Amino acid sequence: MAIFSRGFTGRPREAQPDLPPGQFLTEDFPVLSAGPTPTIAQADWSFTIKTELGATHSWSWDELHALPIEDVHTDIHCVTRWSKLATNWRGVSLDTLFAGVESSYDYVMVHATGGYTTNLPLEDLLDGKAWIATEFEGEPLEPDHGGPARMIVPHLYFWKSTKWVRGITMQRNDSPGFWEQNGYHTYGNPWREERYS
Amino acid sequence: MSYRDWLVGTVVSTTQQTPNAKSIVLDVPGWHGSAAGQHVDVRLTAPDGYSAVRAYSLASTGPGHQVELAVDLIDDGEVSPYLVEELRAGDQLEFRGPIGRWFVWKPEQTAPVQLIAGGSGVVPLLAMIRAHTAAASTVPMRLLYSVRSPADRFFAEELAATTNVDITLVYTREAPDGWPAAPGRVTRDVIAAATTPASENPAVFVCGPTGFVEAVATSLVELGHDPVAVKTERFGGS
Repeated sequence: MAIFSRGFTGRPREAQPDLPPGQFLTEDFPVLSAGPTPTIAQADWSFTIKTELGATHSWSWDELHALPIEDVHTDIHCVTRWSKLATNWRGVSLDTLFAGVESSYDYVMVHATGGYTTNLPLEDLLDGKAWIATEFEGEPLEPDHGGPARMIVPHLYFWKSTKWVRGITMQRNDSPGFWEQNGYHTYGNPWREERYS
Repeated sequence: MSYRDWLVGTVVSTTQQTPNAKSIVLDVPGWHGSAAGQHVDVRLTAPDGYSAVRAYSLASTGPGHQVELAVDLIDDGEVSPYLVEELRAGDQLEFRGPIGRWFVWKPEQTAPVQLIAGGSGVVPLLAMIRAHTAAASTVPMRLLYSVRSPADRFFAEELAATTNVDITLVYTREAPDGWPAAPGRVTRDVIAAATTPASENPAVFVCGPTGFVEAVATSLVELGHDPVAVKTERFGGS
């Protein structure tokens, strides 16, 4: 049972069915990163999926852009409690990238430039739930928001949407990634408020 | 009892830190202490049960059941105006934590430490300075602190009395009379002149508004710091 805060009324409020519990709306786009923003040239960028069978599947920037690009219209929810509704992205679906990948493992570790990692169940990347995004609101993705390319997995808290994404390694178990080892939830469903481990 | 459970603290005192900010000391039975750099979630609840939660860095560190926050008022904010303008001694405040294990300095770390703060970003770095003092650490620690004007310094007296940390102030809008440098931003040249060089492999902690942290962290990498050794904490929009 919460204690009441003397003199606190809060903002005027109406029902916000699109807002997960404990979130507030923001109009701007806060930046959260553990370290400096890397500068990555498109010519130096590539994306690689590695499996337990030793196979690697790689795409250069140009090869990625030769694949079908999808428009993604979605809400995003940050574990630090801001949500941004109706954002627009363009990118390549993970379904497209995984179409030729064979693996018996059920989990992935996503890797970024700079060593950042995050863990996910593979099923959370498939069936139209995740993309490698290169545009935000009609513009190339800015470096501080993960450009030139970030993953977006918008049904989970946004730290799962890896900035400066470089690849995926299949893993047998749901071993924790960077923030997951530093106090954050292993899965991160905003509708169940899975913020902290 | 874990850091996910909500605790009730009683406000012991509040202190005006800047024209827009206060520090708040709470007594919290059941608090188990925190590492320097960690934060807490603070929860306010209205009479109809509506609640709002925001994260605030801790200025306090170590064991004991007294906790100190420092809060900058955000004009269109929902929680910070209440904490800065309404909350007073004797009030109860709910929070949980400590949260975060990345932006943390522990006295057993042996690398030299460079702290770089913009405005209220000094709060978790002050916790690191206090931890350094409490441990009587011999690790070299420096602070580069950027503020708009003398009145905007958080914990000004405590920092002025600190002798174990080498502190450099940068005024961006208005400097005190007789200050040797004209007001200006923390540029790469300022960082090169007033911080521990990359050749000494310092652990670097940068905290402040997003634009400040982006500029400082980029300069640090240009000056040769390993990006992995530069830990950042940003606040505000972009």
